[in-house]
Amino acid sequence: MIPALTIENLAKTYADGFEALKGISLEVKQGDFFALLGPNGAGKSTTIGIICSLIAKSGGTVKVFGIDIDVDFPLAKKAIGIVPQEFNFNTFEKAFDIVVNQAGYYGLPHGLAKERAEKYLKALGIWDKRDVQSRMLSGGMKRRLMIARALVHEPKLLILDEPTAGVDIEMRRAMWDFLRDINAKGTTIILTTHYLEEAEALCRNIAIINHGSIAENTSIKELLRQLRREVFILDCIETLPGQVAIPGFDVRRLDEHTLEVAVEKGQQLNAVFAGLDSAGIHISSMRNRANRLEEMFVNLVEGGA
Amino acid sequence: MTLAEQYVAFMTILRKEIRRYLRIWPQTLLPSAITMSLYFVIFGSLIGSRIGEMGGFTYMQFVVPGLIMMAIVTNSYSNVVSSFFGSKFNHSVEELLVSPVPHYVILMGYVVGGVTRGLFVALVVTLVSLFFTRLHIHSYLVVILVVLMTSTLFALAGFINAVFANSFDDISIIPTFVLTPLIYLGGVFYSMDLLPDFWAGVSRLNPLVYVVNAFRYGVLGVSDVSLGFALGMIGFFTVLAFVYSMHLLGSGKRLRQ
Repeated sequence: MIPALTIENLAKTYADGFEALKGISLEVKQGDFFALLGPNGAGKSTTIGIICSLIAKSGGTVKVFGIDIDVDFPLAKKAIGIVPQEFNFNTFEKAFDIVVNQAGYYGLPHGLAKERAEKYLKALGIWDKRDVQSRMLSGGMKRRLMIARALVHEPKLLILDEPTAGVDIEMRRAMWDFLRDINAKGTTIILTTHYLEEAEALCRNIAIINHGSIAENTSIKELLRQLRREVFILDCIETLPGQVAIPGFDVRRLDEHTLEVAVEKGQQLNAVFAGLDSAGIHISSMRNRANRLEEMFVNLVEGGA
Repeated sequence: MTLAEQYVAFMTILRKEIRRYLRIWPQTLLPSAITMSLYFVIFGSLIGSRIGEMGGFTYMQFVVPGLIMMAIVTNSYSNVVSSFFGSKFNHSVEELLVSPVPHYVILMGYVVGGVTRGLFVALVVTLVSLFFTRLHIHSYLVVILVVLMTSTLFALAGFINAVFANSFDDISIIPTFVLTPLIYLGGVFYSMDLLPDFWAGVSRLNPLVYVVNAFRYGVLGVSDVSLGFALGMIGFFTVLAFVYSMHLLGSGKRLRQ
């Protein structure tokens, strides 16, 4: 099956000499939910900007469903829907008009454009705001408007650049469900986000860009398997003694009811509980100190993995 | 994109443009009607009645074609420059750039939008002028040709200005310091015959002289310059502006990083 996106040796050097991309290569399979992660300035938005023609590349090739953007960019663009990081619509236009106009730019007849606009504004829960000037919408509604606009021509590849930035938790969960649903129906999705739990919850495969190069490109499961050390926070029922030790584990007492335990790859959690049990300490709850993907991400971008 | 899809995209841009200037009509349509009415009252009626004939016509009849053309030039220019720069400023131009719309369709959408505003205002100004004088059209063909060519030329010029503009100041500099003086010195209010030879020669370097005189020929049948040469000049600069605008869109200059 032809990949949804193939990038080979993609390079970008800006006019001021900054080398944003140093020849990256990656492939996104059809139907995938793919995370493109990296710290600020790593090259994520540059990569996305090149794919959707807002940034001119300095070298390399990009193919969308096998279509080389240097050969037939208009055809490739028809397969792409883009949700940018920054709001980029006319704030004086009504939400409905913004979506209908975008459909027109893809050649959809006016009647069909209106039907599609209704379909996606309803799906994203902002149909009742269709006649409101977009500047009057809340931040979350603006994000959903941009998703509706990106989907109106029903692209096979949807690229979202931090779609849930500034969106409250409830709305974020609703957007996750919506994205899972359209992915299940066949739309390939590429997502950049700073919320790593979002990438872990939604995506199957991942590429991490750092300083314009690919630091990692694998499945999220495989990436998490590489995690050498996890740190857990344990909430204890009884008041803890001044010193707590479990043989073979790095243990820190955070306060009189909370412990932090580091578990290296290969060690068993059972041993932690056994050690605590023998010391008469009982646990009411436990959690990761940080998201596991976040631990891995920090390790990778700091070069410590 | 198929031709049918390109037509849909073109109509979408055009519809958006027309809606934009109709939505803000007090800023876009009304000022020209008021300004031109004042010109008609002051220069045409009050002062014009003391000037006497010019080019064989009453002064009011003489200035009306120039004033209509002035409205067409300023409106077709300012519509495209403000709309396209606005879309650059709020980044909504990206909606077009990420889509498969060919560059010439984008350009035509904006330009025809500017042309329609120029025609709309020209119609309003013409109707207002009928309160002050009677208009006899010498050649409808020349009038239509000159109006369409001129509004296209200045809509293209507005587009080029918008591409290069970095701030709202940049979109007012050309209209204020270049376009307006050229219009005023382009024979709207006087015949070239009144100027000393030297200044008449200098005036012939002003492209607005050809625009105003070609239109005046269409309305009154008189012109200070050859009609064929004037149409040739307007046509030449229109093609030049179109080619340069296409080059700017193709290269992505000031639009893509």
